[in-house]
Amino acid sequence: MVVAFAIVRMKDLLAVVMLLGIYSLLSASFFVAMDAVDVAFTEASVGAGISTLLMLVVISMTGRSEQPSRHKPLLALAVVTVTGSLLIYATLDMPYFGSAEAPIHQHVAPRYINASMQEIGVPNIVTSVLASYRAFDTFGEVVVIFTAGMGVLALLSVVRRSDSTLNNDIFDHSMHEQHLILRIVTKMMIPYILLFAFYVQFHGDFGPGGGFQAGVIFAAAIFLYTMLFGMSTARRVINQSFIQMLAATGVLLYGSVGVVSLLNGKEFFDYSALSADPIAGQHLGILLIELGVGITVASVMIIIFFNFVGRRNNPLRKENQGF
Amino acid sequence: MLLGLYNYWVVVVLMMVGLYIVIAHGNLVKKIVGLSIFQTSVFIFYISMAKIDGATAPILADGIEKYSNPLPHVLILTAIVVGIATTALGLALTVRIKEAYGSIEEDEIQKQDNLDC
Repeated sequence: MVVAFAIVRMKDLLAVVMLLGIYSLLSASFFVAMDAVDVAFTEASVGAGISTLLMLVVISMTGRSEQPSRHKPLLALAVVTVTGSLLIYATLDMPYFGSAEAPIHQHVAPRYINASMQEIGVPNIVTSVLASYRAFDTFGEVVVIFTAGMGVLALLSVVRRSDSTLNNDIFDHSMHEQHLILRIVTKMMIPYILLFAFYVQFHGDFGPGGGFQAGVIFAAAIFLYTMLFGMSTARRVINQSFIQMLAATGVLLYGSVGVVSLLNGKEFFDYSALSADPIAGQHLGILLIELGVGITVASVMIIIFFNFVGRRNNPLRKENQGF
Repeated sequence: MLLGLYNYWVVVVLMMVGLYIVIAHGNLVKKIVGLSIFQTSVFIFYISMAKIDGATAPILADGIEKYSNPLPHVLILTAIVVGIATTALGLALTVRIKEAYGSIEEDEIQKQDNLDC
């Protein structure tokens, strides 16, 4: 909370973004304290890692100082105070923090906790709810992520350059010669980050983890590589259109699992159609779906990052935009 | 007894801080920061509802009787990743506005628009 108030006062956007990173990390530790290990995992990698990075790229493009003028802060303060006190008044009817009798714990949750071991056979309840009971929801979320990635692509996509790449390479090399120690250490770290991403991906059934987190961690390794070795090197390693195809493949993989069970005469996303043994079918279904989620999330994050950085390296295109 | 509700008050205060930033600040990047504070406060709200005293994380193991409610965890887990995707979309729009208007301050954008009319 203190950090949040500091964000309001701060004019320097760089400091604001850094504080936002700290704020995310703090809320991740809140989530651990409140037993939500999966959520904390996601928040730490997304909020403290990737969103801070994206905001840094953006303020490097748009300038880091904020104008002091505000629109009628008193009016805003009044609106906020009234809304806040109404909300606090509303909380008086809420169940107490940590009480086991709260209505939220009475309906479907006991069933998930008691029956998921027999029905799904996966110890991590969060994973079994995410990928099996509520697979349809998760499918929707993956499609939203995919759409957002496409939106960024449409807004910022970089036209392939051929003649200007040469100058850029020289610039990149001279700049990155200076960070010798950083480069070598990172080179050693990247395989481990990738390995950790795969561990999180495939161990999500048993411990905290899963496709969403693994995708983000995987993308973080690629970001690290890009930051140290320059955009053009990374572009040579990772083909843009290949990544775009991967993003679509992930969504399709997820959807086709549902279609397969539909074709076998079961309901959409009923994994018992995938195998004779229902538990084995569930395992296979969850594995495939998490894989689809992981592929989509990782490639969409990489698409977003590449397009932001590519835009930054190529400000000349502004004139061709035709406004 | 009222102190048992403190988690909701923290959430309300955070939410109002985010709302204040969105209303009172003209800078578009700052507005997006405000939105993500607002968003995180909703996450904390859901997760704090799922908590049960004396319970552990919802990963089945022997010898544990009480687990926290897994359903809000699932909802928020996906919401965080969707949140970063939509934030990225907002930032992309900001970048395009900067390129088109040369500024990301609301007042200046408004002024330029008025001149055009």
